[in-house]
Amino acid sequence: MAKQNKKMAEAEKRRNLVLSGLEPLIITPESVFVNIGERTNVTGSRKFLRLIKEEKYDEALSIAKEQVEGGAQIIDINMDEGMLDGEYAMVKFLNLIAAEPDIARVPIMIDSSKWHIIEAGLKVVQGKSVVNSISLKEGEEQFIHHAQLIKRYGAAAIIMAFDEVGQADNFERRVEICQRSYDILVNKVGFPPQDIIFDLNIFPVATGMEEHRLNALDFFRGTKWVRENLPHAHISGGVSNVSFSFRGNDTVREAMHSVFLYHAIKNGMTMGIVNPEMLSIYDEIPKDLLEHVEDVILNRRDDATERLLDFAENVKGGPKSTEKEIQEWRLGTVQERITYSLVKGVDAFIEEDVEEARLAATKPIEVIEINLMTGMNVVGDLFGSGKMFLPQVVKSARVMKKAVAYLLPFIEAAKQVGDKEGNGKILMATVKGDVHDIGKNIVSVVLACNNYEIIDLGVMVSPEKIIAAAIENDVDIIGLSGLITPSLDEMVYLAKELDKRGMKIPVMIGGATTSRAHTAVKIAPQYRETVIHVNDASRAVTVAGNLLDDNREKYTADIRTEYDAFRETFLSRSRDKNFLSIEDARRNKLQLDWANFTPVKPNIIGEQVVEVDLDVLVPYIDWTPFFQTWELHGKYPAILTDEVVGEQATSVFADAQAMLEVILKEKKLQAKGIYGIFPANQINDDDIQLYDENGKELEKFLTLRQQSQKTKGAPNIALADFIAPKDNGVTDYMGAFCVTTGFGVDEWADEYRDNLDDYNSIMVKALADRFAEAFAEYLHEKVRKESWGYDSDETLSKEDLIKENYKGIRPAPGYPACPDHLEKPTIWKLLDVENKIGVTLTESMAMWPASSVSGYYFGNPQSKYFGLGKIKEDQVIDYAKRRSISTDMAMKWLNPNIAD
Amino acid sequence: MRLSVLAVKKINKSFAPWRLSGKKQVMPNIQEEIKKRILVLDGAMGTMLQRYNFSEEDFRGERFKDFPHSLKGNNDLLSLTQPKAIKEVHALYFEAGADIVETNTFSGTTIGMADYHLEEYVYELNYESAKLAREVADEFTAKNPDKPRFVAGSIGPTNRTASMSPDVNDPGYRAVTFDDLRIAYKQQVEALMDGGCDLLLVETIFDTLNAKAALFAIEQVKEERNVDIPIMVSGTITDASGRTLSGQTVEAFLISVSHIPLLSVGFNCALGADLLKPYLQTLSHNTSFNISAHPNAGLPNAFGEYDETPEEMQSQIRSYLDDNLINIIGGCCGTTPGHIKLIADIAKDYKPRVSTATM
Repeated sequence: MAKQNKKMAEAEKRRNLVLSGLEPLIITPESVFVNIGERTNVTGSRKFLRLIKEEKYDEALSIAKEQVEGGAQIIDINMDEGMLDGEYAMVKFLNLIAAEPDIARVPIMIDSSKWHIIEAGLKVVQGKSVVNSISLKEGEEQFIHHAQLIKRYGAAAIIMAFDEVGQADNFERRVEICQRSYDILVNKVGFPPQDIIFDLNIFPVATGMEEHRLNALDFFRGTKWVRENLPHAHISGGVSNVSFSFRGNDTVREAMHSVFLYHAIKNGMTMGIVNPEMLSIYDEIPKDLLEHVEDVILNRRDDATERLLDFAENVKGGPKSTEKEIQEWRLGTVQERITYSLVKGVDAFIEEDVEEARLAATKPIEVIEINLMTGMNVVGDLFGSGKMFLPQVVKSARVMKKAVAYLLPFIEAAKQVGDKEGNGKILMATVKGDVHDIGKNIVSVVLACNNYEIIDLGVMVSPEKIIAAAIENDVDIIGLSGLITPSLDEMVYLAKELDKRGMKIPVMIGGATTSRAHTAVKIAPQYRETVIHVNDASRAVTVAGNLLDDNREKYTADIRTEYDAFRETFLSRSRDKNFLSIEDARRNKLQLDWANFTPVKPNIIGEQVVEVDLDVLVPYIDWTPFFQTWELHGKYPAILTDEVVGEQATSVFADAQAMLEVILKEKKLQAKGIYGIFPANQINDDDIQLYDENGKELEKFLTLRQQSQKTKGAPNIALADFIAPKDNGVTDYMGAFCVTTGFGVDEWADEYRDNLDDYNSIMVKALADRFAEAFAEYLHEKVRKESWGYDSDETLSKEDLIKENYKGIRPAPGYPACPDHLEKPTIWKLLDVENKIGVTLTESMAMWPASSVSGYYFGNPQSKYFGLGKIKEDQVIDYAKRRSISTDMAMKWLNPNIAD
Repeated sequence: MRLSVLAVKKINKSFAPWRLSGKKQVMPNIQEEIKKRILVLDGAMGTMLQRYNFSEEDFRGERFKDFPHSLKGNNDLLSLTQPKAIKEVHALYFEAGADIVETNTFSGTTIGMADYHLEEYVYELNYESAKLAREVADEFTAKNPDKPRFVAGSIGPTNRTASMSPDVNDPGYRAVTFDDLRIAYKQQVEALMDGGCDLLLVETIFDTLNAKAALFAIEQVKEERNVDIPIMVSGTITDASGRTLSGQTVEAFLISVSHIPLLSVGFNCALGADLLKPYLQTLSHNTSFNISAHPNAGLPNAFGEYDETPEEMQSQIRSYLDDNLINIIGGCCGTTPGHIKLIADIAKDYKPRVSTATM
């Protein structure tokens, strides 16, 4: 009895955090550490992401089940990925989990950075779940609003130590943000304090940087402080981050996790995301390792990091490139050295080693066939298994090319009839009307490394030319690439033509707008031979191998069956959407309060040419897409310390910085742009008429209106809705622009290519693209603050710009809000783009040079980005009339957006 | 959902006592009464109405004489077409000793009424039902002010589940969403409050997600009107598995509804008093909210009738009271004023449960 009383008194002191799935999870002060399952997170698990993307929910469920069976007491579910409809995937997966008692018995952690996904998740779980996460990042008002809703839905919440200024990275900031968050939650929202779980941000230690030495200690101190000063609140975090700098050395990492947890729990951490397989048992850590690890975690010695690094070498040879090591690898056999050079992308010794191999070989060609291919196979295996990343492979290719170039004269000299050829010939082309080739070049390089002969026809290649070249060169595979939406139709057309001529060559499809869905549903049915979608370079090698393999018949039949099945499910799965007639959609248009709206008159009306120094644009660069170009996925700057790709990202980023310096110093690129702001009014619901200063009619923009049935109260939007209607009598304004940083890029990139350096050739184009986007961002800001001046006192950080937190929008034709590429000629006419800055349009309305951006400016504070979605034929017919083109023509251009 | 939901008739709302008094509640105050004694809830409405043997014509009354769909079996509609009978049943339960009667609105949402094509009468049904119960309660309170009587607005589970699929082949499908339920419940709650209920009873919860939608709706109304109203929550344990139909254990169910300040939490329906007891013990052990129970009169026999006698039920309820388990006690399917009388007779001899819970 006495014991029970004591227990009750303690419970008074610290309230339990209670959660539920089908069964309760009660976290008491006596509870041991609560383990949160992390495999059902698309940002952390490639496999889970793939399953969700492919709608293989059964397999995705089995991952959840394994986790629960493996001891996860809560499962974290995250569907935040650009290509996913996160809300749909979250709701679908949670609904399916609800039908699986073996999974649903544990509470759910609804994990998203997007509130609408969190809220959709909260609406489908019957138990008390945990929201992961909210914070003061977006300000107090939104924080309060979300906390109130979470409380009403009946969930606990993870609160990130993050505020308007940024992430807490030391003890003082953690204290400051947690105290403030806690006070708001408890006092203003009435949030139960035991339902508050702080994520105090776990950062890496032993990075070699002075400011990281205290990362673990500050976390422990922060944890202790929260537990002592913020009654009933809990602490969580993602543990694996702490050992980031020891990637590749699992023994040390496991020890670090265990030591970190041991101290974190002692200081009051109650739950966390931990991979149980990456955790050793504290008591079983060898004494010397434990001492070294604790020295680092607890910052007990000045030389703790160096000592652990040295020690780690003994525990498991970590990668280090010292002088000694360089000499060591030079001591290996010639094959070992060649392989090393290829894997590491080191070109300093390759000619020397290849020469040695040539002298030993009976024929020079053998050096390629045996020595170099042995090395490249290692590269291919490492890449295929995710242990090497694209930038490394491209560097390997550079070494390979250099080696081959060295050997070629000898091979030519020794050429005999009947020499064995490479793996096969592959034709590569960016289709007609499209000028984008970064992706195509990457795939070409990777294939070339794998001993395929590449016939690269370049960009804007007509179907006739592709077919002729394929026949002439007797190629084994045709690879097609495209980035803009009209390219999709070009590919369909080409497939038809190939079929018509009875060709037998398999086709590989790739590029940013292509997809497995489009390939299976639209292209494959047009061609009797194999058509296969390959969107990443690592798969291209496997696919090409399979297509040319002796067992190819089985492989191609499998692909055909897979695509047929996919097509059927896709067509039947098309969520039966209801559409409004265009008249009804117009009746449900977005009605802004025009009566109380006074447009800001621009300071400058008419068009202006702009040239800026590249230095000015650097701060406006959004680096995240740059990494996507290299198939490294993650947000900048977090990607630099990402567990999987961080090392590669850091390396490619350093190379980018070096090239950036050259660009700036030698003024390699030129930023030219033009923009104009004009009086404008919405007419006939969907069109925007522009005027000059005297009211004379200029061009007219045609916008497209959403037609799918909306939930009650939500409008069917068209861009025209953001401009005041003419019959309102108010003169409104809108703008348009085109910027480029692309002149000279191709020549420069080709220079690198001619010097066998594809890596830098791709780098040039990737950077030029980033500059063009940065220029667009810069110009938009200038327009908002000065030329138009509707937001002259705007003060936004760079992050805010990337997150599009500004007032007004700059949508671009060809993108979701206005997929109609035919709007581009209107912009060209309006601003006289071609004559003024030299950017031209191809027949598919792609801009040349490729590193260019164009679009409109809308200044209304209510304007926002949206997706048009699918439209119906009635709107297409109406549009054709407005555009004065045939309906067939309109169907062709709007095809990707027309509902089946 | 049909558009008619929105075409709610505007009705004189002056009757709602809490409307006149702002945030404060007028006397009588159930929060005070529940501290003093065990409160007795009424018994079954359906069982009593069966005794009237109403025909299709009776269900229709004058007003729905020409309604194009069959209305027999729609007990909630009787509040409009046979108000006298409804008031008689309420009066019988008050006479038997009940402190609280439930409004005749168990299926009174647009979702429940869709089966009868009566969605557009939902507001009126709830409003009138609350008003009938209010009138009877006030008569009894006037007669004996020492024993104030209360009206609980009955909010049933609807005939659809938000966390289960009706189609075994498509487990991800849902016939109703949280938002559908929230909107429907909000309308019911507003009408019940306008009609003068003292408290709300979210009951016979098969699927906790449905109940969470109802609680969300209630919180919205409370916020919009800046008023407070006590809430009873009562789940249903379907069988000896000890779980709700949607699969939750007693503790999990309790945790899932405890984010809202409740007057009481408890169980009703599906089981008789004896089989329900272990689950009430678990609840009692884990919550500081008051505990309610309104079990069935045993399990149904082969004809679907309940034949546990008032005496049998009384002795089972006595064991609840002996164990200090209860703050509010009543009856569900098959219980009659006879049952309630015997329950009320013993309830007055016991003190209400005082929570010692630790969860």
